[in-house]
Amino acid sequence: MKATVWAGRDRVKVTTVPDPSIMNARDAIVRVTTTAICGSDLHLYHGYIPAMRKGDILGHEFVGEVVEVGPQVRDLRPGDRVVVPFPIACGRCSSCRRGLYSVCENSNPNAGLAEKIMGHSPAGIFGYSHLLGGYAGGQAEYVRVPFADVGPVKVPDEVPDDQAVLLADVFPTGFMGAEMCDITPGDVVAVWGAGPVGLFAAASARLLGAERVIVIDRYPYRLRLAREHIGAETIDYEDTDVRDALTELTAGRGPDACIDAVGLEGHHGNAALYAYDRAKQAVRAETERPFALRQAILACRSGGVVSVVGAYGGFVDKFPMGAFMNRSLVMRTGQCHVQRYTRPLLDRIRRGEIDPSFVVSHRMPLKDAAKGYRIFQKKQDDCTKVLLKV
Amino acid sequence: MDETDPILLDQRAAGGAALPRLLGVVSLALGAGGLLAPRAVARLTGVDDSPAALAVIPAVGARELAHAAGLLAGRRPAGWAWTRVAGDALDLALLVRARADRRGERCRRVGRTTAVVAGLAAVDLFAAVRAGRARAAHRRAIDVEVAVTVNRSPAEAYRFWRDLENLPRFMAHLESVRVEDVRRSHWTARGPAGRPVSWAAEIVDDRPNRSLAWRSMPGTRVPSAGRVRFVPAPGDRGTEVRVRLRYAPPAGALGRAVAKLFGEEPEQQVRDDLRRFKQVMETGEVVRSEGSPDGTSLRQQAAQRPAQPLPAARR
Repeated sequence: MKATVWAGRDRVKVTTVPDPSIMNARDAIVRVTTTAICGSDLHLYHGYIPAMRKGDILGHEFVGEVVEVGPQVRDLRPGDRVVVPFPIACGRCSSCRRGLYSVCENSNPNAGLAEKIMGHSPAGIFGYSHLLGGYAGGQAEYVRVPFADVGPVKVPDEVPDDQAVLLADVFPTGFMGAEMCDITPGDVVAVWGAGPVGLFAAASARLLGAERVIVIDRYPYRLRLAREHIGAETIDYEDTDVRDALTELTAGRGPDACIDAVGLEGHHGNAALYAYDRAKQAVRAETERPFALRQAILACRSGGVVSVVGAYGGFVDKFPMGAFMNRSLVMRTGQCHVQRYTRPLLDRIRRGEIDPSFVVSHRMPLKDAAKGYRIFQKKQDDCTKVLLKV
Repeated sequence: MDETDPILLDQRAAGGAALPRLLGVVSLALGAGGLLAPRAVARLTGVDDSPAALAVIPAVGARELAHAAGLLAGRRPAGWAWTRVAGDALDLALLVRARADRRGERCRRVGRTTAVVAGLAAVDLFAAVRAGRARAAHRRAIDVEVAVTVNRSPAEAYRFWRDLENLPRFMAHLESVRVEDVRRSHWTARGPAGRPVSWAAEIVDDRPNRSLAWRSMPGTRVPSAGRVRFVPAPGDRGTEVRVRLRYAPPAGALGRAVAKLFGEEPEQQVRDDLRRFKQVMETGEVVRSEGSPDGTSLRQQAAQRPAQPLPAARR
């Protein structure tokens, strides 16, 4: 089959690899029909996530048709159309039982490695490095789906691929970012990052009843999406001082909740500050560029919530712990427990509360994956989200 | 599980300190004699005609007291056994010279003394070599204690473990366990060069739903023992499974083979075993990925294959 593989830093290629087969009794094989490139795939692309090997199949957002199931999979049969959550979760361990699927205790066969770096291991993830399991990803014609009796959700015919594929990661991740804010009437929610996750966090904050939603980015085309599809107010940090603007917009209170949807490869309007963290990252003295996180902590109203759904991999420098502690802030975070959200969000789509496909800017065949990564990385051609058609 | 678990006999004690301590008592007697009654000792050994003997004998006595202190009070009596061997060599050299100068009764006495010292030297050498081997065996021994929390009841976890034939499903070093009757079983481990290593074992302590201990049969070539305890985790958190495993690999090629089963980091390997135990208990089988097709294992983590499906030939 054809698959998108990592070929070294800033290089992916579509190549022929063996077809997948059932390895565990609870596996299913899915013929992928639509798959997407995620912002977090760019962290792999840039080589910021350790334990990648050349030849690793990428991709953790995909929908497709079940073609084969293992003997222990009872709820799926060949022909079912499914969307598959990106965290691989067994559904039986204590974490899964508590709904914390992205920290499944069993799905990372390389847990020993992850423990050395993170203390305990999170769940395995499709196509996301050997640190997180060494699973083949879904930017391919076929993919093996472990624990297929837990993750995949059947998609009804009236929901097209372009909507359903967003339920694998970005929509649930954004939604969880908003949900963690415990939004109550009157709340002002600020979102750093207007990529798909940030846009969905903003849209979800609206769905959950936020009074006002403010989105911060530097790409005018993305900020336009936030205004036009979500009704958010926007701040372009290239031409506006973000903290001044937020103080002004909230009459000095600060946002009740701040969502970091940027993560480890942040950008800063101040060239000197950007250069400081970029340089430390280049020599691996820190692994992240946490501008959005620092700013979110300083901007948040006292006693407010800082919700982090942007991806981090290692250590951050200059974490404003003094502000965080003295102003009674709360931080909530986590890789999304997608299995918790796929069905409810699918229902919201079917009820017409939201059409998530507004984030999709590009559709191209799988064979053009390398081009898709390139324009997404360089934000060319107003790129927000690339879908690969198989 | 503490050090004094009576079931898991301390295999280190075999070939340990008993003989060196006895030799310490001998040194104490000789040292006291040499210092307190040098003339009597000189007569007994046949060197009472030499003026130098009255200087040499107390010196030898002082040396023996030092040996005695080391052997009786020292933390590592085995090392002191070698100092006795060295002392014996010196004494024998002195005695050989003394005998060459003498005739008659004195010559016979020196000869008898030489024979006694030579006999003691043989015992000293034996003790020193054996203590050295015991130390090496202790270095080779694998003694690991690891725990994992499993989202199952103690009874379920116990039941699975009690069927020892299940152990190879999650213990990487085992090829198979064949249960012969309620107590006895036959274990086979994967040898590094593809040559299996086998031994017989018996269950020595069985407390249903609480703990289980097993031990290799006396006289087997791979002394080993283990105990697993199943403790209810607080609240609704399943079962804390606490395992202690001991292997005392013998010297030589077999011992090296057994040591290799556990690699450089035996604790990490047993931890991986327990991770697989948890996977089997909670999910039904060992979890596999394309990069780790054989499931959790330290060696595999270090040498990952690319995360893409296995070629048909390798499935």
